[in-house]
Amino acid sequence: MEIKVHHAGMQTTVQDLGRRGHLAQGVPIGGAVDPVALRLANLLVGNAEDLPALEVTLTGPELEFEKDAWIAVCGARFEGVPSWKPFRVYGGDRLRLGSRTQGCRAYLSICGGFDVPRVMGGRGTFLPAALGGFEGRALRDGDIIRSVPSERVLSGHWSIDERVLPRYSREPLVSVVPGSQAGEFGEGLYRERFTVTARSNRMGIRLEGTPLARTSGGELISTAVAPGTLQVPPDGNPIVLMADAQTLGGYPRVGHVATADIPLLAQLAPGDAVRFKRITVAQAHELARAEEHRLALLRQGLSDKIRRA
Amino acid sequence: MRLEPLGDVAVVATLGDAIDPGTLGRVLAFAAAVDAAGSKAVTDIVPAYATVTVFYDSAVLQDQPGGAYEAVCRLLETCATKAGAAPAALGARTLEIPVCYGEDYGPDIDLVAEHCRMGVDEVIALHSGADYLVHAIGFTPGFPYLGGLPDALKVPRKDTPRSRVPAGSVAIGNSQTGVYPMPSPGGWQIIGRTPMQLFRPLKEPASLLKPGDRVRFRPMSPGDFELWR
Repeated sequence: MEIKVHHAGMQTTVQDLGRRGHLAQGVPIGGAVDPVALRLANLLVGNAEDLPALEVTLTGPELEFEKDAWIAVCGARFEGVPSWKPFRVYGGDRLRLGSRTQGCRAYLSICGGFDVPRVMGGRGTFLPAALGGFEGRALRDGDIIRSVPSERVLSGHWSIDERVLPRYSREPLVSVVPGSQAGEFGEGLYRERFTVTARSNRMGIRLEGTPLARTSGGELISTAVAPGTLQVPPDGNPIVLMADAQTLGGYPRVGHVATADIPLLAQLAPGDAVRFKRITVAQAHELARAEEHRLALLRQGLSDKIRRA
Repeated sequence: MRLEPLGDVAVVATLGDAIDPGTLGRVLAFAAAVDAAGSKAVTDIVPAYATVTVFYDSAVLQDQPGGAYEAVCRLLETCATKAGAAPAALGARTLEIPVCYGEDYGPDIDLVAEHCRMGVDEVIALHSGADYLVHAIGFTPGFPYLGGLPDALKVPRKDTPRSRVPAGSVAIGNSQTGVYPMPSPGGWQIIGRTPMQLFRPLKEPASLLKPGDRVRFRPMSPGDFELWR
């Protein structure tokens, strides 16, 4: 069915869980900046977790649905729409995501998923290369995007157990595995509080605080970086690379954010702050495992609430 | 070989500390050995200059002794043994890239000539007379980092990067030269442009070039450039 975009919002793109296997060709992993919110949004309407949904950034869109449908909005909260629970929209109705009340990015899923072609193994939009998603670009006012017909019946009144939700905060404590050049920077990363600047985007979150001084080491030979890599350019203000991270980088790598904590960063808006704590690789894997366990419980809980029509 | 984590997502294998063909040969031989091992846990293998970064799915390996990171390290040690000391053959494939030098196609060529104290013709002759080796693909999809730029053509990057470099631009940044496959911001000095597409998302592989390829640039006229398009 057709969904008409009356207002696109600041940057609304189609995203999924990203592309794998193309980093060696310079193609970033991409996909949702907050993959957990996207997975939950899909689960709530009975979709496979990796179906494409709309990633809404800072200001929301206004959409008109051709027919009745189940949708869900997860991640950032917007006035006028319920969060973290499926709800029904009716044919001809307009849905407007109002003022943002929490977070930075919301994921709007629709039962059946949005209908966009798969390019290089993914359906997400990589804006710098005009690759994938809806015509390789962010949605514009007046666009018509389609969803894949797939009617399911959702029963009863219920909502997700709060304990399954990511623990978003406007000043999260984020876990970091030390990077190759960690020893060249002292303890500043773990002592200071950093502020998110407005020059942040899907490629990276630029932080500002007491600059991290590099006390030793010379020019580095470029090597692979990835979403989560904390790199420090010469001005000492760290950048956390996010979903659309370039594949190679030459700046010192002071650390790497644990995969399980990426959603906490994904929801930081300009002006929010972050602190870091040091953990080991094994601890980071344990966090990821716990996250998967929480999602598995939710999947199980949903299985008797959603069935095919 | 030195192994270290890239967070909880990858293991970085360092096989040298220089940008040279010998190091690249060892990097590519090791990357090929990791690929041949065919591990289900490995999602991406990224060779670049002196390192091979191996991305893995920790969920697949979480029950291995010592955890996922240790399991990948063991796999990489085995691959290093198999790859041995024999470097991969470089330049097995040579690609010729036609370039329209100067004018609107290469707006910085006069500046480069001035900096290198030579004529524009000499810049073109030197740049198109050399053999280059692809050391890595990255930065943007399909962007080749080329080694082999003649020393006489070394030019510093621009102080302020251009906000938009046209697709196909051939540029010099310090001791490297490369081609921008798509419009992007960029700080290198642009000396020409190719009509050839270096990144074709609907083809397999999408990137025209891969590490280890040999590249030559061939001068073309503006007329031929427009005909190609």
